[in-house]
Order: sequence, then structure tokens, then C-alpha cells
Amino acid sequence: MSFGALYNKFMLQVKNLSFQVKSERKTRKILDGLNISVKPGELIIITGPNGSGKSTLAKLIAGIEKPTTGQITLNGTDITDQTITERAKLGIAYAFQQPVHFKGITVKDLLQIAATGQETFLEDETGTDYGNILKTIGLDPEIYLSREINNSLSGGELKRIEIASILARKASLTVFDEPEAGIDIWSFDKLVGVFKRLRKQNPEASYIIISHQKRLIEIADRIIVLKDGQIATEGPAAKIIPKLEELL
Amino acid sequence: MKTLDEIEKQLFETVADISEPPKGAYNFRLNGKSIGRQSSKNIDVQPQKDGLIIRIAPRTNDEVVHIPVVISMSGHKETVINDFYIGDNADVTIVAGCGIYNCGADDSIHNGVHTFHIGKNAKVRYVEKHYGAGPGAGKILNPVSVFHLAENAYAEVELEQIRGVDSTDRVTKAELKNNAKILIREKMLTQGKQYAKSHIETILQGKNTTADIVSRSVATDDSRQEFTLHIEGNNLCRGHSECDAILQDRGSVIATPSLDAKHVDAQLIHEAAIGKIAGDQLNKLMSLGLTQNQAESQIINGFLK
Repeated sequence: MSFGALYNKFMLQVKNLSFQVKSERKTRKILDGLNISVKPGELIIITGPNGSGKSTLAKLIAGIEKPTTGQITLNGTDITDQTITERAKLGIAYAFQQPVHFKGITVKDLLQIAATGQETFLEDETGTDYGNILKTIGLDPEIYLSREINNSLSGGELKRIEIASILARKASLTVFDEPEAGIDIWSFDKLVGVFKRLRKQNPEASYIIISHQKRLIEIADRIIVLKDGQIATEGPAAKIIPKLEELL
Repeated sequence: MKTLDEIEKQLFETVADISEPPKGAYNFRLNGKSIGRQSSKNIDVQPQKDGLIIRIAPRTNDEVVHIPVVISMSGHKETVINDFYIGDNADVTIVAGCGIYNCGADDSIHNGVHTFHIGKNAKVRYVEKHYGAGPGAGKILNPVSVFHLAENAYAEVELEQIRGVDSTDRVTKAELKNNAKILIREKMLTQGKQYAKSHIETILQGKNTTADIVSRSVATDDSRQEFTLHIEGNNLCRGHSECDAILQDRGSVIATPSLDAKHVDAQLIHEAAIGKIAGDQLNKLMSLGLTQNQAESQIINGFLK
């Protein structure tokens, strides 16, 4: 088998990944020997109870946290010691669960940084038309492009802008940490539609979505259930969904 | 007008966005002397002891007066007194500002005292940029700006200390009559061992008066900044002041708000936030592909935009 074929088999591999937090008295394991492989084009939902380590896993993949032990590879390259910036340049996007405020930076500034801060990996119908990107997630560009990303925006608006910044990235692997958090039902419906459309347009792009939301879980290829920092179960959506209630 | 050398040209450009005399009214001051002065039909610029008297005719519309100051002679010290009389219903922009280049051993000091009498229904935008450069001794700027707003007058005040000013003690005062409104936007960046002090005091005397004051600053290296923002409400009025500062290295900032509500219908608010750039802000921009340095510059440039 050629290396190329190997890379194509798995886009992202998380190998024996552990993350511990040390306090004065004891060491707490947040993630414990996790192994996850993501294929090109795959949409994986990671779910599980609060405190199971889901958000930590997302941060480890984005490079915001560094693992205690273990390895992360992207298309065969070991990225475990790479910075957030280096990973972004390799095509990883990360949508924050709690969107960040910036005094003086406008929505347009943020979308511009997102679109031009690194190589564009994929093409889709939104192109680099920022107005179009905002419309996709239900925000009127006339009103929002010039708005500062500060606390005058509601939680739902900030969340949609966060998602817009990810859409502008056109990354090859996108990690969403609870995209449904703080978003209203109407926008959430739009968001599910966005995921479906993105997948159709870019069959090679992969998504890891941390979510509790049934409607998002239903569009997964595969579901991984985390519990106490380990994989409680995983498998195709059709097989896992019926068992979810008893697992969570 | 006297021929300017490259440094002087660049200083005039930095503080007033112009290097050549503009079309309208102006006074260019270099090392204590007027090197070019012009009045327009509606704006009269006349010398007075230690400064200028600028009279703007009522109903003057959409005109700009430039009065930049440059000090390029090391050790030059001056106090300049400029008085502005803005007629009723006028709508004008006043561009001031001072740039100091110091390559010698003595401190260069500019103390600018500006008093504005803004007529009824008049609208004024006042822009003041301060900048210091050169390897020499102190570049010191101490501006005092006093605004008297008549009924229904409106003033938009932009105060900016860009870089290189070693020491500043700035005082900004405003008094507002019925229905008058003032917006003050202050931006400041200090580096090295620079020291900056700013006192902004607004008295909302009249009914339905409004003051909105936002001070944003970045203190880097070992620099020190001190802010006092005071609003006094003596009538039905609204006052808002906001003081935000970003700290880098060993920079330090003290912000002292003070609100004095002397009327039951006075609504006064103060907000202040001081701290380093949040880790989440850096992480977000780095996750979009910027390096840490690029992300920091982006955040600071946006903040002081």
C-alpha cells in the first residue's frame, strides 16, 4: 500500500491520547488513552455526559491544549507538538463553544482574517463573499458586517458569527464544540442545513461535532460516546442512536 | 511658507494628515512661529498673544480648519493659547495636533490650551493627534481642552496619542447647556518608560444633555497611565463613561471613575476594564491562521482603531 493511500484512509488519527490535570493534592484524568480515526469526508458526532472530556478532546485537536501523552496525526503528519497556528495552516478549523469578544474588531474583519489567514482548502458556493456567508447562517450583512464583535451582540448572534468565521475558513477538518449552544431553533435548523450542504459540496472534508442535539446526531456517519474520558461505545449512527438514552 | 525638511514634513503629515497648506483656513506652527496662516471667507484665523483666535461664522457648513504644531528644535518649550468661537448653526471640523522630534539633550515641551465656545445648534468635530519621535530627550505634551456647548450644540472630540510621547498630562473639560451633546473618544498607546495622565471632566448642566466618553489605551513595556473620568449631572441628563485598557509586559494603568449625580433625573454610568489580552482572543485568531504576534497586533490595532 502506498503512503498516499494510507493518508487517504484516515485524515485524522488520535492515538492513545491522555490529558491529565494536576492540582495540589491529586492528578485527575480528563482523557484516558483515547484512540479515534477520522476518514476523509466523515462526519463524526462526539457525545456523552458533562465532564466526559468532549471539549478537552476538541481543544487537543485544535492545539489549544497539549496532551499529557499520546499522538495526533493529520494526513500522516505528526501534529502533536504543533501550535494552533500551524494546525490552522494545515487545514484544521475549530469553532469555539463560547464565542470570543473583540473590542474594535468587526464581523467583516474576522471573516477577512478567517478567509485570508491561511490557504483556502476547499471551494463552496459562498466563495469569499462575506455577505453571503452571513446570510447562510441567517444574519443580514447590511446590519452585521460592520458590527464590532463586542458584548452589544447577543449570545445567539455571537454564536452565529463564530460559525460564519468557520464557514469562511473552508477547512479540510472542522471541529465544532457544541454548535447548538446558545442558538435559537430557527438558526439551528439552518445550521443543520448548512452541514448537509457543506458535505454535498465538499465530499472530502471531515467534521467532528461535539453535540447533545438529536437532530445533529441524526446526520452523523458515526457516533462516539465518551464517558469518564474513555470511549464508552462507538459505531454507525443507525446502530448507536437507539441505545443513546440508556448510555447518557 | 517656509520650506520644510523631511522630518518636519513627516510630523505635519502624521498629526494633521497634510504636508502642504490646505485649501481652507489654517495655521502651521513650527518651533514657536507661524510659518503659514490663511483665513477663509467664513473662518477667520488671527494671532493673539501666545496663540490664535479662530472665529467661525454662523452657518459655516462643511469646512475644515487645520492648526497643526511641530517642534523639531530640541529643547524648545512653549505654551500656546488658542481660542475658538464657533457661530450658531455652523458645522465644521477642527484638526489640531502636535508632533515633536527631539534629537538633542534637552526636553521639548508643548503646552496647548484650547478653549472652544460652540454656538447654538452648532456641530463641531475636533481631532487632536499627538506624536513623538527622535532619539533625544523628552517629548512632552500637556494639552488642556475646554468645551463650552450652547443649547443644542454637538461636539465630537477625538483625542489620540499615537506613539513616542514621553510624558503627557492632559486635561479635557466640557460644560453643556440644554440639549447639548458631547462624544469624547480618547486613544492612547505608551511604551518604554512613558507616563500618561488624562483627566476628563464633563458637567451636564442643561436639561436633556448627553455625554458619551470612551477612553481606550494600551500600556506596554514599563509605561504608566492614569485616567480620571468625571461626569457631573445637574439636570435631566445621560452620561456614560468607559475606560478600557490593555496591559502588556510591565505596563500599568489606574482608572478612577467618578460620577456625581446632583439631580434625580440624572442617569450616569461608568464602565472600566483593565487587563492583558485574553488567551481566548489569541487562541481564536491563531485558530484562523494568524501567528501569536500577528494576533496581538490585530487585537491592539482593532482596539485603538
